[in-house]
Amino acid sequence: MIKKVRQHINQNEPLLFERSSPGKRGYQLPALDVPAVDAAKVLGRHNTRSEIEDFPEVSEVEAIRHFTRLSTHNYAIDLGLYPLGSCTMKYNPRVNEQVARIDGLAWAHPYQPETLSQGILEVLATLERMLAEITGMDAVTLQPAAGAHGEFTGILMIRALLESRGNPRKRLLIPDSAHGTNPATATMAGYSVENIKSNDCGMVDLEALAREVDENVAALMITNPNTLGVFEEKITRIAGILHAKGALVYMDGANMNALVGIARPGDFGVDVMHLNLHKTFSTPHGGGGPGSGPVACRAVLAPFLPTPRLARNDGRWAWNYDLPQSVGRVRAFYGNVGMHIRALAYILAHGGDGLRNATRDAVLNANYIRKLLEPYYDLPHKAPTMHECVFSDDRQAKRGVRTGDIAKRLIDYGFHPYTVSFPLIVRGAMMIEPTETEGKSELDLFIDALISIAKEIDDTPDLVLKAPHNTRTSRVDEVAAARKPIVRWKPEPKAGETVHPTPESDLAVNRAGNGR
Amino acid sequence: MLSAIGASSLEDLFSHLPDEVRLNRPLNIAPGQSEYEIVDYFRARGEENANGYASFLGAGVYNHYRPVLVDTVVSRGEFLTSYTPYQAEISQGTLTTIFEFQTMICQLTGMEVANASMYDGSTAVPEAAMMAMRVTGRDRIVAARTLHPEYREVLRTYAQHQGMPVVECGYDPASGALDLDDLEKNIDGETAAVIIQSPNFFGIVEDVRPAAQIAHRHGALLIFVFAEAVSLGILEPPRDADIVAGELQSFAISPGYGGPFAGIIATKEKFMRQLPGRIVGETKDTRGNRAFCLTLATREQHIRREKATSNICTNQALIALMATVFMTVYGKQGLRELAEQNLAKAHYLAGKLPLRFSAPFFNEFVASANGRTPERLNELLLEKKIIGGLPLKRFYPELGNAMLICATEMSRREKLDAVAEVFAQ
Repeated sequence: MIKKVRQHINQNEPLLFERSSPGKRGYQLPALDVPAVDAAKVLGRHNTRSEIEDFPEVSEVEAIRHFTRLSTHNYAIDLGLYPLGSCTMKYNPRVNEQVARIDGLAWAHPYQPETLSQGILEVLATLERMLAEITGMDAVTLQPAAGAHGEFTGILMIRALLESRGNPRKRLLIPDSAHGTNPATATMAGYSVENIKSNDCGMVDLEALAREVDENVAALMITNPNTLGVFEEKITRIAGILHAKGALVYMDGANMNALVGIARPGDFGVDVMHLNLHKTFSTPHGGGGPGSGPVACRAVLAPFLPTPRLARNDGRWAWNYDLPQSVGRVRAFYGNVGMHIRALAYILAHGGDGLRNATRDAVLNANYIRKLLEPYYDLPHKAPTMHECVFSDDRQAKRGVRTGDIAKRLIDYGFHPYTVSFPLIVRGAMMIEPTETEGKSELDLFIDALISIAKEIDDTPDLVLKAPHNTRTSRVDEVAAARKPIVRWKPEPKAGETVHPTPESDLAVNRAGNGR
Repeated sequence: MLSAIGASSLEDLFSHLPDEVRLNRPLNIAPGQSEYEIVDYFRARGEENANGYASFLGAGVYNHYRPVLVDTVVSRGEFLTSYTPYQAEISQGTLTTIFEFQTMICQLTGMEVANASMYDGSTAVPEAAMMAMRVTGRDRIVAARTLHPEYREVLRTYAQHQGMPVVECGYDPASGALDLDDLEKNIDGETAAVIIQSPNFFGIVEDVRPAAQIAHRHGALLIFVFAEAVSLGILEPPRDADIVAGELQSFAISPGYGGPFAGIIATKEKFMRQLPGRIVGETKDTRGNRAFCLTLATREQHIRREKATSNICTNQALIALMATVFMTVYGKQGLRELAEQNLAKAHYLAGKLPLRFSAPFFNEFVASANGRTPERLNELLLEKKIIGGLPLKRFYPELGNAMLICATEMSRREKLDAVAEVFAQ
């Protein structure tokens, strides 16, 4: 039985371009208080455009209805559990949004005098200090714009350190359970990739690792806890194997929310790592960004951090550009500062104890889900669960139902699906991360839904195979989208077809649009 | 819950961690604070920054008015607190707005396809350069010195381990525009792309066609970069370019001390499969209704891993949505009127100051300090609660006597006059 949702009226909405009519406007500029200038005259006629062809023209009410209606076609954390494994979809506190919009912070220009920027520099310095404390590292840069960008920065730093020692080396070792960004990053930093197989417990195989590590290996990129939600218990020995050969340990901090206040990478042998402020530190995912990927490192790597770095001179904060060994800039200005403000607000709200409690609750929630679903779904790796658990669709696949189908059926029950088919080392992976945000009642509804779906697969598999049934959009043909990509709207070429629909005819236009 | 999982305490959950990895003390972070205290803390920090100043800084970050609707839309939890739209059936809101974003970026730039956004303008540039390497099979990049200096720094950081030599080509010392002769000298048969910016770092509107002709004659691509998106409301789109990389900060994104912003990459349809990042495409659902989904994922890191076109994963979706709402509110007519106001304000002020360069400019220009230093002029302006222009010495030692000044629709006439007065003193 579906307890969490029932259907309700949901508005159709055409594209902006279909809603547009000539002459409509939703803006009002102040009257010009200086003489107008003839653009064609001062810029040259060939440099000026007559109009932006087909650009939308709508009123303010049409604009707000457009985006509000579209917003109701989304699922969101604000509506309920969003258990995407490894994505850490936790509540995004609204006070963080408010403080990021304070005028003196939001309207600070990156080139305004440092003497008039001491407030924002203090915020950045405080966040750097707290992230160093949380990770057990010596130095932090906030410049990288997202996790993958942080990886790139960290690997460039490793390369620069090794180069300063005479040989940048050739290879990076990456466990087969890693995120795809890790190998893609390695390539961008000029390294070749060697995959390291996981053992039966889902952990790095020490012997396999030892065989691979030689003087050509620059570093191991490891995620800890890994993407199975399993803590690499031999991490200090792993680090020892790398360090003995002069190689380094990079940690992908995507899963740092399982460790905050419990264990610190700087204490267990990691040399450099990134954090995802949009995961562990609650800055909103916003439908795919902005993120922020600060990099924390040991003192030995600090000279190679990106330019510029914060420095304290004569009791004031200043940017230091005199960093001869730095890898250079990875982004203009100083990073996604708005995300830094939000992350600091999250840390201040929790305090040290609160951060540790969040970690404990996240791990408790994941273990609760694991325990209650284990009778119904196959759990291929039995090592203790940290912040997420990964099931396999093995039992359900025997009846022809795969992880992707179960995910779609979960939507009918009012939940966003878990992460589908990742990590790659688990066949038909169902990767579930509840985060500390959820209370028992929401978790119980979710568990009930997955148990109910397991029964449906036994009784009425077709119901699951054709899901979702209750959404305004049914299963989407992704194959057709890729085969003949339509990646932008174009005006209807044929005469007689409705290009500017009235709201009442939305549905009809939707169908017409499909004919393109 | 503890009893359900057979644990006696929360500590039990971590008993498998070896002793040597455990942190055996509390984090050295003060106890949690209330909402009121947090707001108070950040208000106090805000007050330590510039407040109530008029600013004439641009240089890649511009003061434009943000229509109220922008915050209203992005504050909706359905947009703010959703993930990347992998589950298309319950993400049509985000997917539809990205499809509209891609379309409007094409309309603005004269390109045929655009992706869902990049981190910012500075990182979009090396991504475009790497794309040009894949398309041409060549590795050399010629970048204009009038490309934003920090974009060039980022390009160098990315290029160094790609086997991608970057050479720079100069500007005409009188006009401030790209030196086409120098471009001819620097381009060769190994060049993958020529990168130019317009308006360039000095605010000057470049002639795209001759630069494109030189690039194409040598079999290279032309990458067109913009940092001031409002200029596209009035400037001829760079139809002769092969790739457009740009920064959308001007579209409703507050300066925010440098971020978060949103970058774009747009190109011709024939290069679509070499684009980095996420792309939304149109398709149908099983009931035959129009629907949207992420597409062409076989370019991306989660499928292709070390062979992906880029390592980019999370981009700047919410910022791209802000830009989308901005473009919607202003629309066809408003974006032009906005650009015209910027043009008028900058030309009003420029008419009263000694200009360093002669070529046409949009809303930014280089002024000479007239016997004083730019730093001294800025000190005098600060006394009037005005943040002046950017002294150029830091990036262009040969322009030590000059500053870059920007005026937008937010610059009031009395402040423009005040700047002119200080220069005239």
